[in-house]
Amino acid sequence: MKLLVCISKTPETTAKIAFSDDKTAFIKDGVQFIMNPYDEWYALVRALELKEANGGTVTVLNVGPSSNDIIIRKGLALGADDAVRIDTDPQSAYYTAAQIAEYAKENGYDIILFGKETIDYNGSEVGAMVAEMLNLPFASYVSKLEMTDDKAIVSRDIEGGVEVSEITGAFVLSAAKGLAEQRIANMKGIMMSKRKPLKVVPPSDVENPVSVTGYSLPQGKLGVKMLDPENMDELVRLLHEEAKVI
Amino acid sequence: MAVLVYAETQGNKVKKAALECVFYGKKVADAEGAECIALVLGSANGVEELGNYGADRVIQISDASLDQFDSMVHTSVIGQVVDATSAQTVILAHSSTGKSLLGRLSAKLSAGSVSGVIDVPSYENGFTVKKSVFSGKAIAEFKVKTDKRVLTLSGNSFKPEEIGTRVDVEHMDVTIPTSSVKVIEVKREEGTVPLPEAELVVSAGRGMKGPENWGIIEELANELGATTACSRPVADIGWRPHHEHVGQTGVAIKPNLYIAAGISGAIQHLAGVNNSKVIVVINKDSEAPFFKAADYGVLGDLFEVVPKLTEAVKKFKAGL
Ligand SMILES: Cc1cc2nc3c(=O)[nH]c(=O)nc-3n(C[C@H](O)[C@H](O)[C@H](O)COP(=O)(O)OP(=O)(O)OC[C@H]3O[C@@H](n4cnc5c(N)ncnc54)[C@H](O)[C@@H]3O)c2cc1C
Repeated sequence: MKLLVCISKTPETTAKIAFSDDKTAFIKDGVQFIMNPYDEWYALVRALELKEANGGTVTVLNVGPSSNDIIIRKGLALGADDAVRIDTDPQSAYYTAAQIAEYAKENGYDIILFGKETIDYNGSEVGAMVAEMLNLPFASYVSKLEMTDDKAIVSRDIEGGVEVSEITGAFVLSAAKGLAEQRIANMKGIMMSKRKPLKVVPPSDVENPVSVTGYSLPQGKLGVKMLDPENMDELVRLLHEEAKVI
Repeated sequence: MAVLVYAETQGNKVKKAALECVFYGKKVADAEGAECIALVLGSANGVEELGNYGADRVIQISDASLDQFDSMVHTSVIGQVVDATSAQTVILAHSSTGKSLLGRLSAKLSAGSVSGVIDVPSYENGFTVKKSVFSGKAIAEFKVKTDKRVLTLSGNSFKPEEIGTRVDVEHMDVTIPTSSVKVIEVKREEGTVPLPEAELVVSAGRGMKGPENWGIIEELANELGATTACSRPVADIGWRPHHEHVGQTGVAIKPNLYIAAGISGAIQHLAGVNNSKVIVVINKDSEAPFFKAADYGVLGDLFEVVPKLTEAVKKFKAGL
């Protein structure tokens, strides 16, 4: 099986989110970046498990500048066979998806895996876009994936439950919690990752349809009102009369 | 010109998220000087009520094959309706279904997309619209440069109001492609509102000490008609199911009321819940960071406070 796992770089979860004075740029100084958790913990690990069980190859792909190589090497250290970096800034979901689709269509993958969303822009869009661009079925929010000889059985997380379906042929999926268990790279993996191939390819010409024009911070809370733990009637009264939520 | 709203259904009924989208779609349509058209795929009943919430027209393609969801098939059909109605803006719910369609439609229509918008667009400097980013830690304004655009509307951002009247349901001829996805079964927990759609949420964390103690959380949730949630470690150690895990790497929610008991309020937890309208924190540690993000705080032992709160809610409901 030929598996492609698309990985993204995101700020670390405790990163301070701050913007330039004119509020048009996210300040990256001092921010540590990581592989997007959904890509690493679930999509990549499940792909590695499938390879271990059925043979095949796992390629990790990232759209980004050379400073992303450190994250790509982590994917190789975890067990991917080789890597591809499309050498351009991921300007928007559409722009990024078009780059991935352009590369993937030349290479005929059986499954293309994504995390369900990135923890920075939370778009949940790239996987679906790639599926449409390649005219493939898309299984989103997959928390379970089993392969039979000719079919994939996927469980998709839907509101309040799961939907189980069968897919024949190549497809695209987005990974949710439950699909696999996070792995930690070992020393051998890290050593080997340095010798694995990382191919850098030039970007395709794609017009970017969307851009960010500004940022703001959400309205903070005005301050907490502390209540007497013996008097929960008062809390209920406030929730009803003051906050008007019950 | 038209604003096309994909009105999601479940079990033959229009979903609440569909009413929110139609209500929002009408606002967008008014701003764009366009008609608001609601589109229903599959055999749901009672879809003329979408008119009440702002749809000028309702189109239903009631082919039963559309009752099963395949993003590829649904995208093809919605794309045909976009062409037939000359829709410029397409609006979907920010749900598992809507999000699966958003990217596909963007690619199909070569339209810019924004997922999880929280406000009506502005037209001052082209088409711009806001969404929450960094898992709720910030808000970004996106500009869409294409003529067509596709948006998903973040749930609970607008409260749908009855602003229109019932309209006759129209049919439209479309070509429905064959699907390579076969849905075998759909398992849903009946009787509770799913977490992403819940207006009231009661959540608990490691302060609960063990899964056997969750009864008090469930009782409070039952009394309020709320949905239960939990912090990540609690789901990871198997005290609670994964789908209850809220936060930066779990479900992001924005209910009207979020009650957190025995949760410290780590930054990754807050990221997924800090857009809740009102937050109540119950914790025995006055230094718990969650108090800084709360509207109401109770400093005390949750094993005493939660049952008291449940009693107080009972009394309140009885007095209504
Ligand atoms: C990459 C990454 C992603 C993460 N994503 C998430 C996420 O999505 N969601 C998430 O929740 N976490 C996430 N975390 C974990 C997060 O950092 C915290 O560890 C976690 O939220 C803590 O859970 P908790 O509040 O239940 O437990 P604790 O931090 O152990 O807090 C327990 C709290 O209960 C209180 N308590 C104990 N006993 C009582 C009592 N009897 N009465 C009242 N209060 C009591 C304590 O004072 C304490 O404040 C993530 C971490 C990382 C590194």
